[in-house]
Amino acid sequence: MSVEQVLFYIFAVIAVLSALFVITLKNVVHSAVALAATLLSVAGIFLTLHAEFLAGVQVIVYVGGILVLFVFVIMLISVERAVHERHFNRQWALAITTALLLIGELVFVLWRGNDSLILAQAGDKAESVLGVTGNSQLVGETLYGQYLLPFEIASILLLVAIVGSVAMSKRKTQAE
Amino acid sequence: MVPIQHYLILGAALFTIGVVGVLTRRNIMVILMSIELMMNAVNINLIAFSWRLGHVAGQVFAIFVITVAAAEAAVGLGIVIAMFRNKETMNINEIDLMKW
Repeated sequence: MSVEQVLFYIFAVIAVLSALFVITLKNVVHSAVALAATLLSVAGIFLTLHAEFLAGVQVIVYVGGILVLFVFVIMLISVERAVHERHFNRQWALAITTALLLIGELVFVLWRGNDSLILAQAGDKAESVLGVTGNSQLVGETLYGQYLLPFEIASILLLVAIVGSVAMSKRKTQAE
Repeated sequence: MVPIQHYLILGAALFTIGVVGVLTRRNIMVILMSIELMMNAVNINLIAFSWRLGHVAGQVFAIFVITVAAAEAAVGLGIVIAMFRNKETMNINEIDLMKW
């Protein structure tokens, strides 16, 4: 097995195990730490796919931004009471049924679509295009060239999200 | 080289774990974290296909998914703070103002 394969399987096992910890641990802070492990190992998986820029973005934006925001909110609201409550709701049987249906559906799609994935197995062509050129340069050129309009729309989405979250979380003053 | 099916299976597993988390947990913070898990599963699929097909568009789409995830986290946590200020709870079963 090559280094790439070994790294992929190590990161995949860490990602799945810590994702299971995210949804099963009782304390929310522990869930956040498990989520950090998942996100970092997903960044490692991006590295095995030669998406170096995305791996950096994953670490900076997800772990450094979104997850820290989660931890801040957990710090602002009390966690002591939530630890002693029931953690799973009463519809867990229905939830498990739905999840099993989803698993069956995904397995069916992967199994039926297996032949079409042969197209994606040819790695030689991919090596020459994405492996040699600088990854950040290629992503940047595509993002600011071909996908300029979606990029601007994404910036408007972020602006709306900022204004919305500030408007929702601010306290009402006397004047209002 | 890792077969692309293994990447897809990993993405499907992470997505299913996220769905189970959203459906079974009662703590709203854990639900938001499960949504992040599902977005990561989508990103793994996008980047795996981007690498194997030799086209960079998948990575650009992954950047857009990360943008949407950041916006979703900001708005979701704003809702959590507003909700906690009014109802003093993180339990979604107690958020039933619009239920009749």
